[in-house]
Amino acid sequence: MNERIYDAIIVGGGPAGLAAALSLKDNNITDILILERDKELGGILNQCIHNGFGLHTFNEELTGPEYAARYIKMTEEAGIPYQLNTMVMDIQPVEENGKVFKAVTAMSATYGMQMLKAKAVLLAMGCREKPRGALNIPGYRPAGIYSAGTAQKFVNIDGLMPGKEVVILGSGDIGLIMARRMTLEGAKVKLVAEIMPYSGGLKRNIVQCLDDFHIPLLLSHTVIRILGEKRVEGVVIAKVDDNLKPIPGTEEEIKCDTLLLSVGLIPENELSRNMGIEMSAATRGAVVDDYLQTSCPGVFACGNVLHVHDLVDNVSKEAVTAGKNAADYIHSFGDQDTTLTNAVDPDTPLMKKFAARNATKNGVNPNDIITNADGSMTYTLPCINCPAGCIVQVTLKDGVVTDVSGNTCDRGETYARNEVTAPVRIVTSSVKVSGSDKPVVSVKTKDAIPKGKIDACIDAIRDLTIPAPVSIGDVIIPNVADTGIELIATSPASAL
Amino acid sequence: MNNYDVIIIGAGVSGSAVARELSKYQLRTVVLDRNSDIGEGTSKANSGIVHAGFDAKPGTLKAKLNVEGSKMMPTLAKDLGIPFMQNGSMVVALSDEDIPHMQELYERGITNGVKDLRILTREEALSMEPNLSDDTKGALFAPTGGIICPFRLTSALAENANINGVDFHLLTEVTDIHAENGGYRIDAIRYGEFDGKRTEISYHASLIINAAGVYADKFHNMMTDDKLTITPRKGEYCLLDVTAGTHVGRTIFRMPSSLGKGILVSPTIHGNLLVGPTATDLDDKEGIYTTQEGLDAVNRPGASAVKDLPMREVITSFAGLRPHGDRGDFVIGEIEGHPNFIDVAAIESPGLTASPAIGVMVAKMVEERLHPDKNPNFTGTLKPFTYMKRLPLEEQKALIEKDPAYGNIICRCASVSEGEILETIRRPLGARTLDGVKRRTGANMGRCQGGFCYPKVMEILSRELNIPMDKITKKGYGSNILTGEIKQTEERS
Repeated sequence: MNERIYDAIIVGGGPAGLAAALSLKDNNITDILILERDKELGGILNQCIHNGFGLHTFNEELTGPEYAARYIKMTEEAGIPYQLNTMVMDIQPVEENGKVFKAVTAMSATYGMQMLKAKAVLLAMGCREKPRGALNIPGYRPAGIYSAGTAQKFVNIDGLMPGKEVVILGSGDIGLIMARRMTLEGAKVKLVAEIMPYSGGLKRNIVQCLDDFHIPLLLSHTVIRILGEKRVEGVVIAKVDDNLKPIPGTEEEIKCDTLLLSVGLIPENELSRNMGIEMSAATRGAVVDDYLQTSCPGVFACGNVLHVHDLVDNVSKEAVTAGKNAADYIHSFGDQDTTLTNAVDPDTPLMKKFAARNATKNGVNPNDIITNADGSMTYTLPCINCPAGCIVQVTLKDGVVTDVSGNTCDRGETYARNEVTAPVRIVTSSVKVSGSDKPVVSVKTKDAIPKGKIDACIDAIRDLTIPAPVSIGDVIIPNVADTGIELIATSPASAL
Repeated sequence: MNNYDVIIIGAGVSGSAVARELSKYQLRTVVLDRNSDIGEGTSKANSGIVHAGFDAKPGTLKAKLNVEGSKMMPTLAKDLGIPFMQNGSMVVALSDEDIPHMQELYERGITNGVKDLRILTREEALSMEPNLSDDTKGALFAPTGGIICPFRLTSALAENANINGVDFHLLTEVTDIHAENGGYRIDAIRYGEFDGKRTEISYHASLIINAAGVYADKFHNMMTDDKLTITPRKGEYCLLDVTAGTHVGRTIFRMPSSLGKGILVSPTIHGNLLVGPTATDLDDKEGIYTTQEGLDAVNRPGASAVKDLPMREVITSFAGLRPHGDRGDFVIGEIEGHPNFIDVAAIESPGLTASPAIGVMVAKMVEERLHPDKNPNFTGTLKPFTYMKRLPLEEQKALIEKDPAYGNIICRCASVSEGEILETIRRPLGARTLDGVKRRTGANMGRCQGGFCYPKVMEILSRELNIPMDKITKKGYGSNILTGEIKQTEERS
């Protein structure tokens, strides 16, 4: 049995875990082990095949698998050991020779039952979606009700379709992303219902996932009943009042075979809770001090397990900090006293910041158009380049842009100019692969293509099957839909 | 024509319990059920309570079979490896008017033969269960009350019957019964497992046992003018996460009313907290949907005798239909004028508890009528099902070394391994659907409700049963999880 004491064990090999591991290494901690429950590193990013990641970290716009691949490559190059398909079952502080070690019980088919020990543990388990039960929607319990993330896994990883006619409840980002994704794969997304008077998702996603495909977003609406006994046959939606209660008389039956839920994310903290560390009701993550250390000394938390982030770049950044602080803790491990608890305060400015971020409300997309006295038109649009979603005003006179304001970067200006004259989009999708254990690889247009060409681009890959192996960056179609733009692979597939 | 000595209609807990008892004899027995799995009706959606037996009116079958069943349960659970625990139950008096009723209930329990019943003062009750309502005046405490896995109880009874020679024909819906050749002919429809394609099929048997749950009146009334009415009485429940599982330790009832035992709060054998049921009489025998009114009633503060229920921990809600008869008691016995046609009908609460005793009672009736020889090869025990997380760490470790599949955790929330899922699929009358796996292992029954493990369980089912992913169903034909592969866009044009 593996009974040696590690300097640090990292629970989770997603963006938080990998960045934390690299940070530890940068701070001269080399005796590290990453434990990942899935069959590959990268976490949920592997199924997030859309773009919008990495603007801050890499100063370029990447898809989820590409962002993950960069961190996986760095992890491999740094020689940091990891175990895949390995589930951490339990973490407990143990006092030994006057020191507080962390005992980690992990289970896997490959490595068996392991009782490991570490000086420091980094919690990086990520988050999960709220299920139907949390909403208590009445009705039957048929097949066809999935969280948006489950549907995302089916479509993007397994190449399988969970439904043909879809209603989405909740306008969280994964739901919005899946509205577009299901549409591109041939499903009819009928509407997105959001119980709040504002969307829970980013403006950029409302624009490019709903508006681009004319999918209605019904604010202050919810699903009040699920129809169909074996498979979903429809849902009943209704408008809600200020107390979020359905208003009688506003019920409408919508025929569909699938209900996707995108009603929020919860940090996945079962391990943290079981080890008795102090939790925050506001974030549903651990309460941490300014060093991202939990109430158990030497246990640090970062990423979505600590609080749900909008942006993976911020997860990576937080994980670097956690890794550095954990390294400091490990370096001074010999001098630590044996206290079993670290005093944490749920009301520090940092914790308040986490909670506030968690409660961020994204306003409704204000696609206003005003005609000015001189006959010019001023468009107010949310920039979709990054999650900041700056509101940009762009004035157009006789087909020429005369003024752009409200943007905070050059990309914003370019976007606004294009959007009112010749709108363009980066298209992300997947292509079937043969001769690999992966059924599909994800792809993107290397650059933005005219919005009107999206359908042609999707048509071009519908019947395409490419042979493995495939590497990230491989050109799948040199000039997709006569746009002059390359369609390239964004995830790898090795040959069998 | 399929010839049998005995046909049991319904593979619920009653039918399965009877089947197991009959497998002790040399009888050709078949159990017919229209659903794709054992226990898909009332047996899957109930409180999972082993009632002590103080509630039923003395002298009724309910009272007798409840107490007998409750006494049989510990041994049965051990023999068949069914998760079971005598956690004790309390009936809480919340007003002064409840006190005399509580006394009555105590005396009724004594008359029924319930052991170790005690009346607790408010202080005693609160010291045992600190989350009881502030209005608690006292409580009736029954240490023999218990909680059981209703799914495994039913499927283990069926599995044990099956290995002792009883056939189970699922997806087989009885449409007609008539007397023929000194016995009964049954016409049925067999549904295709994946396409629901209907095929006619006939059976003949000397003796029929009608254990058809909410449909038992339909078959009863085919035979006689002495009509029976079974009303589907809906109960809605909320299931809370294991994080709320220790809110109470015992099963907590409030004083019963005319509509049943009221909203109870109980830990489940899987460590969750169960709150419910409501009681609404329906016309629709398929009405297993939850309603806003029902869920509101379950959620209403003060609906139960427990305070501060952490309802934000709800992970799912469900509804079940109790087969409520119009004769005030279980209906177990031969239909007059129809020898060898035995009803096991109106088995509402405490039916789950009573089921082992119902099996014995009905088997005795069959023995008196058909005089079968004993089955010398009867085995009354099952190879226990592996519940990894119930095993000590060392045993888990050894098991993984022997078979690494037990180290591959598929369901994160309930810590269910691939090995356990494979076991449930490979056992006799094994799981063939996602709900089948769920009920047998707890996989996708946890807080994420399958969000993470659905695809993984589907892959295992697909591999083991050699069926494509898009044919995998939640609960039989028509409930497919997927609609096909991506990029099949014929309907777009």
